[in-house]
Amino acid sequence: MILRALVLLLVLCAAARAEPPPAGRRSGYEFMGPGTRAMQDDDASNPAMLWVLDGEALWRARAGASGKACADCHGDAATSMKGVAARYPAYDSARKALIDLDQRVNLCRTAQQNAPAFEPESRELLALSAFIGRQSRGMPIDIAVPGEAQPLLEAGRAAFGRRQGQLNLACTQCHDRLAGEKLAGNPIPQAHPTGYPIYRLEWQGLGSLQRRLRNCMIGVRAEPYAYGAPEFVELEYYLMWRARGMKVETPAVRP
Amino acid sequence: MITRRAFLAAAAAAAAPAALQATPGAMSEAIRALTGGAPAPRGRVKLDVPELIENGNSVVLGVTVESPMTEIDHVRAIHVFAPLNPLPNMISVYLGPRAGRARFTTRVRVADSQTLVALAQLSDGSFWSDQVSVVVTLAACTEEVK
Amino acid sequence: MARAIVKVPARARRGEIIELRAIVAHVMETGFRRTETGALVPRDIIRQMVCRYNGVEVFRADFHPAVAANPLIVFTTLATESGRIEFRWTGDNGFAAAESAQITVE
Repeated sequence: MILRALVLLLVLCAAARAEPPPAGRRSGYEFMGPGTRAMQDDDASNPAMLWVLDGEALWRARAGASGKACADCHGDAATSMKGVAARYPAYDSARKALIDLDQRVNLCRTAQQNAPAFEPESRELLALSAFIGRQSRGMPIDIAVPGEAQPLLEAGRAAFGRRQGQLNLACTQCHDRLAGEKLAGNPIPQAHPTGYPIYRLEWQGLGSLQRRLRNCMIGVRAEPYAYGAPEFVELEYYLMWRARGMKVETPAVRP
Repeated sequence: MITRRAFLAAAAAAAAPAALQATPGAMSEAIRALTGGAPAPRGRVKLDVPELIENGNSVVLGVTVESPMTEIDHVRAIHVFAPLNPLPNMISVYLGPRAGRARFTTRVRVADSQTLVALAQLSDGSFWSDQVSVVVTLAACTEEVK
Repeated sequence: MARAIVKVPARARRGEIIELRAIVAHVMETGFRRTETGALVPRDIIRQMVCRYNGVEVFRADFHPAVAANPLIVFTTLATESGRIEFRWTGDNGFAAAESAQITVE
């Protein structure tokens, strides 16, 4: 069945790419069954809230040689972090680099708290990321692309359109052209990262956008980028920009 | 046409000595251990689970049993079974008149398409049941090469 | 680290049927999974959850490996009196977690 779907894909092939028009964009939420949606809608049913609570505790915990907690500089996250996750990845003009939210947290950890950086996909980093992201829930994604960042956005867009892996598929083939069709019995979503970090039923745990992208790359039998690789941040930048205006759902539940 | 799932299941069964499926009689034995062989007709019990499961790792499952839940007439226990899971027992809940309603919801793992069974044990010693056939789909794009 | 989240109404009328909801953080390792080298990952699950209302058991559940990770349970109880509703989980490898909430019943 998967082979049939893939043959269909290859036959259709990726000629011109059509991004979903702004009005036609739909969150992965809309492609889920009612049971999974209910999990996301109710904080008392969403397992991701376990991580959000941990994140809240970490926010207030003193760390590193500085003995400072996030709260000591940033105060109440509900105020200071409102809208922050909706703006990441962001171009840091001082560092001349594109930075995603996890990298920003680790930059604060090392530079301001004098504490060791959190490992990628560690429980602490995911908890903080979920907690910070939660403060933007319901807000529209708003990604700025200053002139210097334009080439980085284009690099992300090119990666999205490039065939890769043994299956020789580009993201756009499934997620632009065939969104709404079925693969292995499940509907193909448009791939808007509106709710990261997500509680993915497949993982039975919380994970970042990079983890999910690694799954995609393994899915087409491509060598996934390493966590934190610039290629990943560029792709995240493009995906969030592509989803601009859509509402943040963090922490979302997905199959 | 042989489905990919059927082929993989056959290949796995041929190759792997350890079965990831309960033996065919395991669920019947588990039910018999509770009922002692007494009948458990369909009725009074409603097993709520989606017929098409998007991810077998976490499926919302609920059971409701019609009962006044009084001292003399209530549901003592509700058991749920998956005959084709590695173990047939999924969950058992124990209630009493203080429950108010004989109902619960949880999230379970369903290993493969099968017919799930819910069994209710009443205070008068009788058993009632319900069953639902479910189809489990595979998640695309995971961490393993499937 | 947050072990559990419970949802209990803060107030209720005497005799009202109220909904209780609890999630606990736990990987619920089935014992059927294998590592890449073929070794079995040992079972590590929550075995039981008990709910007590002012010390009296009102609900109990036996979990098997089929219960999903970070188990959720939703059930009902009669609001009989004001006090404390407590949830307690126990499982393999000495796992223990507890969470409670106050309820005012008028």
